[in-house]
Amino acid sequence: MIILRLAWQSIMNRKFTTILTILSIAVSATLLLGVEKVRISARTSFINTISGTDLVVGARTGGVQLLLYSVFHIGDATANVTWRTVEDIKKRDEVKWLIPIALGDSHQGYRVVGTSSEYFKKFRYRRNIPLQFVEGHKFSDLFDAVLGADVARTLNYKIGDEIVLAHGTGPISIGKDHGDTPFRVSGILASTGTPVDKAVHVSMEAIEAIHIGWETGAFSDQGNKKSAENLRKMDLNPKAVTALYVGLKTRMSTFSFQRWVNTYPQEPIIAILPGVVFGELWSIIGNVEKVLFIVSAMVVFTAILGMIISILASLNERRREMAILRAIGAKPIQVFTLFTAEATTIAFLGVVIGFFGLYSILFLIQPFVESLTGLYINITLPERNEIILMVTIVAASILAGIIPALRAYRTSLSDGLMIRG
Amino acid sequence: MLSERNNNTAIHLSNIDFCWGSAKNDFRIRIKDFQLKKNESGILVGPSGAGKSTLLSILCGILSPQKGMTQILGENIENMSDSERDRFRANHMGIIFQQFNLVPYLSAIDNVLLPLHFSPTRRQASGKIQSKTNAEAKRLLDALGINSKTLGIQKAATLSIGQQQRVAAARAFIGSPELIIADEPTSSLDEKNQTEFLEQLFKQKDATGTSLLMVSHNKNISKRFDRLIELEKICDISVKKEKVE
Repeated sequence: MIILRLAWQSIMNRKFTTILTILSIAVSATLLLGVEKVRISARTSFINTISGTDLVVGARTGGVQLLLYSVFHIGDATANVTWRTVEDIKKRDEVKWLIPIALGDSHQGYRVVGTSSEYFKKFRYRRNIPLQFVEGHKFSDLFDAVLGADVARTLNYKIGDEIVLAHGTGPISIGKDHGDTPFRVSGILASTGTPVDKAVHVSMEAIEAIHIGWETGAFSDQGNKKSAENLRKMDLNPKAVTALYVGLKTRMSTFSFQRWVNTYPQEPIIAILPGVVFGELWSIIGNVEKVLFIVSAMVVFTAILGMIISILASLNERRREMAILRAIGAKPIQVFTLFTAEATTIAFLGVVIGFFGLYSILFLIQPFVESLTGLYINITLPERNEIILMVTIVAASILAGIIPALRAYRTSLSDGLMIRG
Repeated sequence: MLSERNNNTAIHLSNIDFCWGSAKNDFRIRIKDFQLKKNESGILVGPSGAGKSTLLSILCGILSPQKGMTQILGENIENMSDSERDRFRANHMGIIFQQFNLVPYLSAIDNVLLPLHFSPTRRQASGKIQSKTNAEAKRLLDALGINSKTLGIQKAATLSIGQQQRVAAARAFIGSPELIIADEPTSSLDEKNQTEFLEQLFKQKDATGTSLLMVSHNKNISKRFDRLIELEKICDISVKKEKVE
C-alpha cells in the first residue's frame, strides 16, 4: 500500500514530465481507439449500405461487379434482365417485394436510377432506416424526379426545377441530352450517407419514355411523336431492368431462392446476398484500415517508449531514494514494485484520459462527419474490441515498465545503502 | 564458529572476512572482533576510503561477509535470508546517512513516518493507530528542533541540509529501534549546526536508551561518545592489485 502511495507521490512530484508522458499516451490511445472506431463504423456503414434487401438479382456476372453497379452505381452492367424474367421472379412464392433498378443515364455526372415507387417504401439503409423526404414527394407524373441529398445540395435544386437527363454515364455528354424530355424535381431525399445521396431517381416508365427513338444507341428523331403529351399516352411498360432488389417472405428460403435464380434456364442471371458480397468487397479494400491501425499501434508503441525513457532517465537521480527506502527496510522487490506501479499509473491515466478525450471528440464531430462524409459514427458504450485495446495498452506499458523497474531492482541490490559509481 | 547469544551487546562482529566481488584481487576487509554494548554510544573514526561504508553495510545486513559472525542485538544475521535481514533492519535499526536522507517528494512528517510502513513492530511501538503515530512523529520533530506545524508539512526537498539531517534523525528514532547507525551525519553541517545536531541526537538517545554507532572522520566530536573506535585498530584492510596465478 505504502508503495502505491509513494508511486503516486513520486509521480505528482514530477508533474510536468509526468503530465507530458500521460498526454502522449492519452493522445496515442485516442488515436488508436479513434481509428478502431472509424474502422468499425466505416465497415458497418459500408456493409449496411443497403439493408432489408435479401438478394440482388442481375444479369450473370461477378457478384462484386453486380453489387458495385447495382448498389454503388460504379461501373456499368454488361447486360440487362428482361421483363419476362422479372415477371417470373415476381410470381415466385418466396418473393415478398421487388424493386426494379434501371441504370444507364446520368445528370451532370450523377447517376439516374429508374425504379418503382416501391423503392421509397422498401429500401432500407444502415440499421433498417427507411428513406425520408426533406421536401416534396415521390414521382407522381411521368417526368417527375426525386433527388438524392448530395445532388440537390451540390447542384442547388429545389422542388419544381427542371432538369435534363443525359444518355450514358459519362460526365460530359454533348449531343446526348434527353433534352426533348425535361424532368421536374418532385422530391428531395434526406441524407443517408449511401450512394442514394448521389442518385437521381425517376420511374421505370420514364426511363422507357426517354429512350424511345434511342434504340440504336443514338437518337433518331421520329417526327413529333415524342412530345411529352404523346409519351404520357403511350404504353410504357418497361422491357428490361438492370438489377432487382428482392425482399423475401422468410430468410429461410434465401438459399433455395438463390439457387433457383442461378439456375434459371431462360436467361443467364445471378442472385447475390448483399451482406456476403459486401464482406468480400471489404476484404479487398479493407486493407487500408489495417494499415491505419498498424500506424496508430506504432504511435502507441512510441508513446510507451517515451514513458520508459523518461522513467529510465529519472532512475539515476533516484538512486538515493532507493537507498533510503532500502535503509528503512524496503525489500528490493518493493523498489521494483514502486517503479512498475509508476509506469502502470501513468499508462492507466493516459488510457483513461485518451478514452474520454476520444468520446468528447466524437460527440463534438459526429454530426459534421456524418454530413460531410456520410460516415455515421455510432457512439456506444465501449465495445469488446475497444476494451481489449485499452487493456492491451496498459498491459504493454506494465510490461515495458519492467525494464526500468528491473534496473532499479538491480541498482538497489548492488548499491545497498551506499551509492557507488 | 562462534554463535553463542550475547544479550548484552548491540553489535558483535567476529572473524569477519569480506571481499568485494568473487575475484581475489579486490578490496578485502577482515575484522577479528568488534563489540558495541547495549546503550553504548561509539564513534568509529578512520580516513575516507578505509572501508567504513563497507563495514556499515555489513552491519545493516546489506552486504554479507564471506566468513564470520555478524551478531546484531543478539541475532546472527548471517543466518537470515535476504528478506529476513530487510525486515530485521526495518524493525531494529535506524539509519542516518551523510546527506540526502529524505525522500524528496514527501513531507518531513511523512518521511519520519516512512519506516513504520515497513515495520509493524515499530508501528506498534509508536502507537499503532495513525493519530498516535502522527503525534509521535511531530513530537520527535519538535524535540529535534523542527517545528512540526510549519517545517513538518513542507516537502523534504525544500528544507535546508541541517533541517534535513534532523528530520532524518527523527526518522531513525521513531518506533524506538534498539540500534541507531549514523554514517557521518554531521559532515555536511557547519560547526554550529553540528553541535546542535549532536546535542539533540544525544538527548534522544538518552531518552530512549538506544545504542548508537556513528562513523566520522572528525575526532573532535568524539568526546560526547562513550567510546572512540579507530578503524585501523579493529580492521585489517588490504587492497591487492596483482593478479592471482
